[in-house]
Amino acid sequence: MSFLEFAAKHRLEIMTLSLEHIRLVLWSLMFSLSIGIPLGVLLARRPKLRAVVLGTNNVIQTIPSLALFGLLLPMPWLGVRADRLTITALTLYALLPIVRNTYTGISGVDPSVLEVATGMGMTGWQILWHVEIPLAFPVILGGVRVATVITIGVATIAAAIGAGGLGEFIFRGLAMVDNNVILAGAVPAALMALAADGAIGVLQRGARWRRR
Amino acid sequence: MMKDRSDIAIEFVCVDYTDGGTRPLICDLNLAICSHEVLVLLGRSGSGKTTTLKLINRLLSPTRGEVRVEGRATHQWNPIQLRRKIGYVIQEVGLFPHYTVERNVALIPMIEGWDSNRIARRTTEILSFIGLPYEQFARRYPHELSGGQRQRVGLARALAAGPAILLMDEPFGALDPLTRSELRREFKLLQKRLGTTVVFVTHDVTEALLLGDRIALIENGTCAGVYTPREFLRSSNDSVKAYVEIERSSSQLLDE
Repeated sequence: MSFLEFAAKHRLEIMTLSLEHIRLVLWSLMFSLSIGIPLGVLLARRPKLRAVVLGTNNVIQTIPSLALFGLLLPMPWLGVRADRLTITALTLYALLPIVRNTYTGISGVDPSVLEVATGMGMTGWQILWHVEIPLAFPVILGGVRVATVITIGVATIAAAIGAGGLGEFIFRGLAMVDNNVILAGAVPAALMALAADGAIGVLQRGARWRRR
Repeated sequence: MMKDRSDIAIEFVCVDYTDGGTRPLICDLNLAICSHEVLVLLGRSGSGKTTTLKLINRLLSPTRGEVRVEGRATHQWNPIQLRRKIGYVIQEVGLFPHYTVERNVALIPMIEGWDSNRIARRTTEILSFIGLPYEQFARRYPHELSGGQRQRVGLARALAAGPAILLMDEPFGALDPLTRSELRREFKLLQKRLGTTVVFVTHDVTEALLLGDRIALIENGTCAGVYTPREFLRSSNDSVKAYVEIERSSSQLLDE
């Protein structure tokens, strides 16, 4: 049986697992964006925190994903459900690129623009909202792009702890020594990553084009 | 020039400013700036001209003494309200690169909550005032402008909300000589029409003589004397004479 035949036969299951996969990815991204962007802004404001926060994030990145799932397992509230645990781990992985790019983008804003903005009587929040975030936007989006691709990839490991997603096929295929089953998980995940990368890339070019 | 106290727009009283280091940047500065006048702060780089300017809109706060704006010490003002009354123009211009000319100019009126008709009227008026016809320039982005045009927009932005005071830090310093003299001339006319109180920082004597109603010589963080351009040219003070000498020698260069 060819892969395509196999995929056609199991299309319902592929669809279901893809949706599960997307759900895990979207929740994780939502959390890492809502933590990562404020954290990046904070780092730009308080450079002293930079070494600590980026260092911690780098350490998290180096923990192998399976090990991170294992480490989080004994946590009281998280360990109870596989998807909570997965989303937490994925959020942690996605955090670094988002924090780092937000920080880089914000601290890259021309200091003379900030000086005049302050001198004109804009408040800190107004400067952040009207000046810093818009100017840093393409760079932040670059971080989101990397984070999305990483998250889609790492989310396949979530199946190892029973959180579902396309990893189900991959682990099942590995156990059955059946390439078709492995591909049924790997190919959709890869396509998903490529699509996300392309889509955010287009957004990024749009954002940059308006500026320059 | 000095009349009664109500005519004083800005006043420095025994002001010191130290920025963490040991050497004070401003030391015992006393200076009064009258309403509607153009006061030039003239001095070498590092003499404290820019610091003096930043003490006015509270980008910096004095470590001793007080800076009074409209009779009230700057630390008694809400800094945001204080700055909204004071236009600020710097050499690097600092236009918002992601906004059109129109939005750059309209930003403060927008934040101040003016209604959109009034903002539109004001933007059109101020742009044509500054020599940039609305139809031609409003939709452009800063990177599509020449250096002189950018500085014009910077000036329009500073004037948009109708400030009583305008602070200018070597605004024409980065421009070519022709554009610079053009802008100086127009600025002088503009100031006469608006009657805005202007504090103007420069290290260029010609500019100081041309634009200033009075010239304050700033040396080592303090005011070494205030002169009208006429007094300045005749002064027997050594530092002033050195400046006047530069001015004379550059104009004599061609006669030799």
